[in-house]
Amino acid sequence: MEKYSVIGKSVPRVDAVQKATGDAKFAADLSLPGMLWCKILRSPHPHAKILNIDTGQAESHPGVKAVCTGKDFGGWTWGFMPQTRDEPPLAVGKVRYQGEGVAAVAAVDEETAEEAAQLIRVDYEELPGVFDPEEAMKPGAPAVHDHVQNNQSWEFHMDFGDVERAFEESDIVREDRFETGRVMTGYLEPPAAVAQYDSNGITLWGAKQSPYFVYRHMAACFNLPLNKIRIIQPFIGAGFGGTKNDSVAGDFCSVLFSKRTGRPVKFVYNMEEVLKTARRRHNFIIHSKMGMKKDGTLMAIQQKSIAEGGAYTAIGPLTLYLSGALTTLPYKLPNFRYDAYRIFTNHPVGAAMRGHGATHTRFAAEVQMDIIAEELGIDAMEVRLKNAVTAPHETINKVTVKSCGLTEGLKTLRNTELWHRRGKGGASGRGVGLSAASYLGGARQLGHQSCAAVIRLCEDGTVNYLTGATDCGQGSDTVLIQIVAEEMGLRMEDVSIKRVDTAVTPCDPGSYGSRVTILAGMAAQRAAQDVKSQLAQFAANEWKVQPGDIEFRDRKAFVKDRPELSMSFEKLSKIACYSRSGAVIIGRGYSQYGLERYDWDKGLGNPGTSYSFTAQLAEVKVDLETGVARCENTILAHDCGRPLNPLNVHAQNQGGTVQGLGQTLYEEFLMDQGITRNASLTHYKMPLSTDVPNIEIIDIITQDPDGPYGAKEASEGCIVSTPTAVVSALKDATGIWFKTLPVTPEKIYWALQKKKE
Amino acid sequence: MKHIEITINGKREELDVAPSETLLEMIREKLFLTGTKEGCGMGECGACTVVMDGVTVNSCLVLAAEADGKSIVTIEGVGTAEKLHPVQEAFVKHGGSQCGFCTPGMIVSGTYLLKKNPRPTEEEIREGLAGNFCRCTGYTKIIESVEAAAKMMGEGGDS
Repeated sequence: MEKYSVIGKSVPRVDAVQKATGDAKFAADLSLPGMLWCKILRSPHPHAKILNIDTGQAESHPGVKAVCTGKDFGGWTWGFMPQTRDEPPLAVGKVRYQGEGVAAVAAVDEETAEEAAQLIRVDYEELPGVFDPEEAMKPGAPAVHDHVQNNQSWEFHMDFGDVERAFEESDIVREDRFETGRVMTGYLEPPAAVAQYDSNGITLWGAKQSPYFVYRHMAACFNLPLNKIRIIQPFIGAGFGGTKNDSVAGDFCSVLFSKRTGRPVKFVYNMEEVLKTARRRHNFIIHSKMGMKKDGTLMAIQQKSIAEGGAYTAIGPLTLYLSGALTTLPYKLPNFRYDAYRIFTNHPVGAAMRGHGATHTRFAAEVQMDIIAEELGIDAMEVRLKNAVTAPHETINKVTVKSCGLTEGLKTLRNTELWHRRGKGGASGRGVGLSAASYLGGARQLGHQSCAAVIRLCEDGTVNYLTGATDCGQGSDTVLIQIVAEEMGLRMEDVSIKRVDTAVTPCDPGSYGSRVTILAGMAAQRAAQDVKSQLAQFAANEWKVQPGDIEFRDRKAFVKDRPELSMSFEKLSKIACYSRSGAVIIGRGYSQYGLERYDWDKGLGNPGTSYSFTAQLAEVKVDLETGVARCENTILAHDCGRPLNPLNVHAQNQGGTVQGLGQTLYEEFLMDQGITRNASLTHYKMPLSTDVPNIEIIDIITQDPDGPYGAKEASEGCIVSTPTAVVSALKDATGIWFKTLPVTPEKIYWALQKKKE
Repeated sequence: MKHIEITINGKREELDVAPSETLLEMIREKLFLTGTKEGCGMGECGACTVVMDGVTVNSCLVLAAEADGKSIVTIEGVGTAEKLHPVQEAFVKHGGSQCGFCTPGMIVSGTYLLKKNPRPTEEEIREGLAGNFCRCTGYTKIIESVEAAAKMMGEGGDS
């Protein structure tokens, strides 16, 4: 008999039919009787003093029910940490980026709200801005925030081993400058919500990837206890970190308007608002220094990062932390020093995105390692196999790896036909590149860490599973139901998931840092076990046996080794909850992996619960005349522990790979003195079906002790490994190392021209 | 206001529409068919794709008044939970949806593609879906879903 009945199977998603029929309701699909529409008036300037706001004309416009400005929030601001709460719902006193909210209108319909917003007169005094982080750091640069010296938003310093000595002992030391691009998450569903404020508090149906962030923000902003805050989660049109992990101006304004008017209020951002104002990935400048022995042994990395933070701090300190703490994987690194600076500019806010932090510094380190290996005449496979981490491993900054399929992944790729095409592109513009990466799963922060689950047994033997974890498209609802069904010996259809409702579901930190499967998964396991142990009492009474002898499988309860003592799960549920007693059977559980703290100040300890490993090959075809590059094939050998739903794991990796590819070859915000010049989907170019390569995913199975059934994260690792695999392939195709992302046709063209000279 | 008559998912409807009202607004706000999504509102993402008189259109770029006398099919008219269209069935089985926001438009484009070309090559599927943006899937499972649907429909003799 197979060990598991649903775990490890490619079952269809539980929400797939709803999504395929258009039945799935997203925030913008909801409406309530008497509902008003909220529109935000946004700043045309990247940096300006607000001298006066005249809302008179807007207020008297027919159909307008309320108008608000930044002052209406009483000076409340929010942010990631107590000392970084620098962002107001709407600008107060001055605007710090183009598109920052300045005022808002609530009106009877969307068109009226839009018209009225344009009737608000704002007098600005334009201020000189800072648009380049290196310029912004210089003494005398215009200050984005008063009293913040040199526009420094945050800094981190990590120092492990002795880099100076290691460089002396190295046979080769290189210094290079790398840059990552100004890019965004790229979810298709713009932020939206319907808000209602009444005597029972706030209810908000919102497009939120981590609804409990908003739950806390609303309680703080409107000075209400948490039991008066109800965030209800419709289907979410993707997140990828950043904006949908946070609150937006529309949320605060809609709630405020509902409080003032007594009517429900809705907002839906348009795509231009998303492209101009939403959180972006930080862009980084990385000065990287690396030392290596002649035999390819990695000796030391020293990096200095300058991260462009835009106008506010948001989650930026964590970005900096991860950009350092994760540099010590996936290769054995005995000496590491890191100095990182997050700099305010008059641009939209830099925040988290899939592959948070690691995408920058690992890009630099991975490419630099290849350059050095090439100088030493060591091939890309050999240098990786030589330095690859093997489990168990503790990095110099005390990150502990308990399972690692990297070496197996690399060796698997070495046996592919694609690997053997490397170095044989000749003058055809073809090239094959190799990379490797690791990413954390079960991310930890300093505050709330555990996920929880509640399972309610119905008298007919079906269950309601309640989780505070959000499925924003990654498929976690399906995987979590697989876990509940597996543990209870039920079928998938016996388990119904209720999407997040903060008045009902247990509190959850959020869907970020690949934490849901690992942590909400463990909580689901434990809650299921709790239901079973309660039910076992009833079964034991019926059969006069010990509760510990009762087992559950195939929708049945039975006594171990006594097949004649068996009854259906349904019958036992009826006995427990209905006919013999009205017992209320509610199972509870919470995750307990990784509760030990890490040393935030020193950068020491585990920022995650476990770590995935990816080895990747990519093949590109470069048009040597025009510089247009296309990635045609890629293979990922991916260790996510045990894939709980292989179809879903592959799908996640394919998505992450293409997102990474977009940010390698196509995507970039074109900024001009603080103005976003390409705020449309045509001009901010993300991959379409005609742009994507053939993607093959090979599962490298390991068993991690800190994950349900041995599972680890999927899809954040591949967004770290894709840019480096593609850049390595571009080198193979053109003979040129590209150190600045994105590698656009223009950059390739000019580099090829320069090479000819 | 202009009075129009349309056939929507096989059913005749009479409505009054404003001169600036788009077909997308009419579908979502007057007919309450919210399966059709608005992504960009500028004809760039394809989330609002519907079929009008046998041809796919971005409903955000079509004025409601232009739909007068025409026949419209939205995702709600493609199939139902009880009786899925083969393209919908394939999306369910092969992981064609992740967040699901692009899915209605993608499926409408997929059904139209297979109607025009029942046995498309992979390249033709990619071309046929090039007007529909998806950030979650990397398109691989969507292309596989449409391939599987083509096969299913071929076997069923529908093509």
